[in-house]
Amino acid sequence: MATTTTLGYDDLPALLTRLTGDEKHDRSSFSTLDVLWVLYDRVLGEDDRFLLSKGHGPTAFYAVLAAKGIVPVDALDGFGSFDSVLGYHPDRMLAPGVELSSGSLGHGLGVAVGAALTGRPVWCLVGDGELDEGSNWEAVQYAGRIGLGSLTAVVVDNDSAWYGWPEGIERRFVLEGWTAQRVDGRDHDALEGALLPDADATRPRCVIAEVPAR
Amino acid sequence: MTGMRERFYELVREALDENDRVAVVTAQIGNDSIGEHPRHFDVGIREQLMIGVAAGLALEGYRPVAHSYTPFLVERPWEFLKLDLGHNDLGAVLVSTGASYDAARSGRTHQAPEDVALVAALPGWTIHVPGHPEELDPLFRRSLAGDGRVYIRMSEEENHARVDGGGFTVLRHGSAGAPLIVAVGPTLRPVLEATASRDVSVAYLATVRPFPYEGVQDALGTGTDVVLVEPYQAGTSVAEIAVALRDRPHRLLALGVPNAEFRRYGTGAEHRAAHGLDATGVARSLDEFLGVTD
Repeated sequence: MATTTTLGYDDLPALLTRLTGDEKHDRSSFSTLDVLWVLYDRVLGEDDRFLLSKGHGPTAFYAVLAAKGIVPVDALDGFGSFDSVLGYHPDRMLAPGVELSSGSLGHGLGVAVGAALTGRPVWCLVGDGELDEGSNWEAVQYAGRIGLGSLTAVVVDNDSAWYGWPEGIERRFVLEGWTAQRVDGRDHDALEGALLPDADATRPRCVIAEVPAR
Repeated sequence: MTGMRERFYELVREALDENDRVAVVTAQIGNDSIGEHPRHFDVGIREQLMIGVAAGLALEGYRPVAHSYTPFLVERPWEFLKLDLGHNDLGAVLVSTGASYDAARSGRTHQAPEDVALVAALPGWTIHVPGHPEELDPLFRRSLAGDGRVYIRMSEEENHARVDGGGFTVLRHGSAGAPLIVAVGPTLRPVLEATASRDVSVAYLATVRPFPYEGVQDALGTGTDVVLVEPYQAGTSVAEIAVALRDRPHRLLALGVPNAEFRRYGTGAEHRAAHGLDATGVARSLDEFLGVTD
């Protein structure tokens, strides 16, 4: 993307404004914003793959892709309009840099397992509410049992699961054979430390990024 | 004589050995026959994951083959066919076994006459319904060589011999204006028996999507009467016939498995007869629709 100027974290509010039309944006109102920023700014390499399973509320994703010069900034203006490549749920065939079309919850982790089986390092972002969908657990169980070390699941936890996760999300992943770590979902250094690639991993990794309840 | 399913397992083993692009995903079926291979992934009894994993493999450039029993390959993970494969524009070859009622004695849970209608409701799928084990070879090889979304519906029912010539073949030409009987996959055998002494054209259809509109138009010629015989839900391809013949008056009879909770066990042959899809039943329907001949 040599023709595009990349922007910084502080430019994200202005990009979000272009997407939504709202004048003021508090970054804290976007549960996934910091995780996405750290992934694209500090973690993901050329050959890595990122799949956004939680396709609801993708404005933070589009803003980060725009800041990184992957999505043209001009594309943000028509968000959700008939001719826009950026909709309320991402379409990989329309939006540059989007590697998974999502919106129906519980699909990304299974696709991520398939991609990771080839040895490709894969990061997949899901929400704590999304984990209600049983299909996630098919992926969690299988990846854990076969020791799929190339896979990282990032669970953005804003306590939005209606019935909650008694005794914690991480216990469920650990029981199935994953490593699990809970970090402050606004702390960039902590996120980076938890998310950086680990080529020697013999187990899939779950990073729970905790953000304030919505 | 090798049945279609056994032939499929042979072809899968060959494909895994010969083609680095091929990967196979199963959900607790055929493991003894396929055997262990670094690119054979059995995900346990997890059919949604089976389709998701196939999509992920396709995302990485592989040609995934997903295989299970018909209801568990198509019906249970249907939204995953729609989204993980279709909406993401990722290719895969799905191969089912069990057809409509091969496992009749297992009951409704293992009977899946809706499968072709369900796959056909999604855009862009190629659907093959081979009627003989030897037809599987070229269909499967061609499917592996492409990168689209393909559904191959295997069946224990089979015709006397394979039919060459691609997806749509006119096997018998009636007199000018004679009715056209379109026999899909393994229905050819009862159709040939039922029409032996009738002045009709008989066409064999093994690739039902994309539908051979021109083939049907040409085979019907100046005729007006069409009988479609499908081994799955009756009427599944009626809309395709309507499109093929949209600019000419015609009469259409669609035979197949009724859309009903049948609640019978027994054998495939008993189901075939009960649904009027054996030679006697087809002949009876032709008598009613076309008039009695002798």
